[in-house]
Amino acid sequence: MAQLEEVGVEKYKHLVSERALTGETMLLNMGPQHPSTHGVLRLLLELDGEIVVNCIPDVGFLHTGIEKNMEAKTYQKAEVMTDRLDYMNPIGNNLAYVMAVEKLVDVDVPPRAQALRVILTELQRIASHLVWLGTSGLDLAAMSMFLYCFREREQILDIFELVSGQRMMTTYIRPGGVWRDVPVEFENAVRDFIKIFPKRVDEYESLLTKNPLFIDRTVGIGILSREVALSHGVTGPMLRASGVDWDLRKARPYMGYEQYDFNVPVRPEGDTYARYLVRVRELRESLKIVEQALNRLPMGPVRSENRKIVPPPRSEIGVSMEALIHHFKLWTEGFPAPKASVYSAVESPRGELGVLLEGDGGPKPVRVHMRTPSFDNLSVLPEIVKGHLVADLVAVLASTDIVLGDIDR
Amino acid sequence: MDKKLEPIVKTMQEKFSAAHEEFRGEVHVFVNPEQIVDALTVLRDEYKFELLSALTAVDYYPQTSPRFHVVYQLTSLANNVSVQVRVPVDGDSPKVPTAARVYATANWRERELLDMFGIEFEGHPDPRRILMPEETEGHPLRKDFPLGYEEPQFTFNFEEIDLRKPYVKE
Repeated sequence: MAQLEEVGVEKYKHLVSERALTGETMLLNMGPQHPSTHGVLRLLLELDGEIVVNCIPDVGFLHTGIEKNMEAKTYQKAEVMTDRLDYMNPIGNNLAYVMAVEKLVDVDVPPRAQALRVILTELQRIASHLVWLGTSGLDLAAMSMFLYCFREREQILDIFELVSGQRMMTTYIRPGGVWRDVPVEFENAVRDFIKIFPKRVDEYESLLTKNPLFIDRTVGIGILSREVALSHGVTGPMLRASGVDWDLRKARPYMGYEQYDFNVPVRPEGDTYARYLVRVRELRESLKIVEQALNRLPMGPVRSENRKIVPPPRSEIGVSMEALIHHFKLWTEGFPAPKASVYSAVESPRGELGVLLEGDGGPKPVRVHMRTPSFDNLSVLPEIVKGHLVADLVAVLASTDIVLGDIDR
Repeated sequence: MDKKLEPIVKTMQEKFSAAHEEFRGEVHVFVNPEQIVDALTVLRDEYKFELLSALTAVDYYPQTSPRFHVVYQLTSLANNVSVQVRVPVDGDSPKVPTAARVYATANWRERELLDMFGIEFEGHPDPRRILMPEETEGHPLRKDFPLGYEEPQFTFNFEEIDLRKPYVKE
């Protein structure tokens, strides 16, 4: 049986400086229960007064074995696990996983389903960035940001509830399409949001962008250079704030992103303020995509007609023997996937969300690996906080926009 | 195969006698464990694969030779192509040289593989477990590691189940 033992500096000898061994600098735990670590993240800090000399992140407190669990489920049933990975981006996680399944079994998605997926993932991106904006405002003592951002996020979650019945763990995107068509109220709900949201972003910006206190806390803090970012596998807004123009929606368009006209915000500075600017501009760009996709939302089916992969609609089950058999087989046995491996990636609000999916010819995957962006984005933290104050560490950590569910899986 | 990938696959074949396979436009190149650091260095420096997108492993238990594939998913931002490098590793005491000096992100990803699959990375700067507690026995993502569960406790059987739980007891 495990005994609780005192953890000495011995264990971290190779990670801290010489001065920590003599007791000249102090080792201090920040977290796992700390409001500004955005979840259960423990940072072991080596401090010289108030200056951070070394930072050793300790993750894994939220490890739930999602990858292992997915191996024990059929392809359809494993999807519900993906919602729980990055809980700020459940629809985006569904999309990443479902795209990998579709690539593995080779099934086409009807255009209406593609457009719906784009609308919902972009709304999800906005919701995720709003949580980031609100909580990082909170960390820098801009309390009202939190209240404003959560007001708009609530409106997006209401749209998700409208289409899927769930606010967060939606599992709305399914292999071969989406769960079912959106209700008639959907269009007006999204239009209402499109109407009010640009003014609300102006409101956020008027509170922060030129706020001298905010600028003092963020400009020149936590500078991440292009080379360090790439070597550490940093992706998403963090990479774009370091001057690298890389967005999978532009570079490798999926779900018809090539039809939409949007810009990819890039800033060369690489500091906390640049990361703020990139994400706030992404709010506006995502809204542009939502509007375009809604304007040209095609009519037609929302699920593939491939009955070997996609269950038949309820209306068919009562009248067609084949439909009943397909439905029964799909939900008891699942569908077989070839003995092969695919890697498919989407641009999540945090960066490249990749799924490595390997099948063995049966209905369950041999291996599902989620390449989660927060994991790599956090691994760069020790590099960029050295020499800053503890208070600045809070600002830098907020700007990395990590989600612990995404890191620990 | 993507035109941009052809010279890369050819070089890998000549330099590291690497086999390759293709599925739905993705190219997998197979490299020996001893040569992986050189192969990654060549790919990064000569073919501009700046980003190590993913580093993971697949367990093919009960097959033992090779039992694991260590998978390196590389992305080139400059040329907008991807290639997957796979390293087959045997089942007993799996060892691969570390790639942490080529790509810094490999540091944490290799710790994850050490933790989850028990694959050792020789020369790793910080070989500790990353996700599981340090006193954990076994490696959860191996196929011979059973998928566990936790008994839900209710008021009527709380204490009965509590006795069976592996808490730290006095």
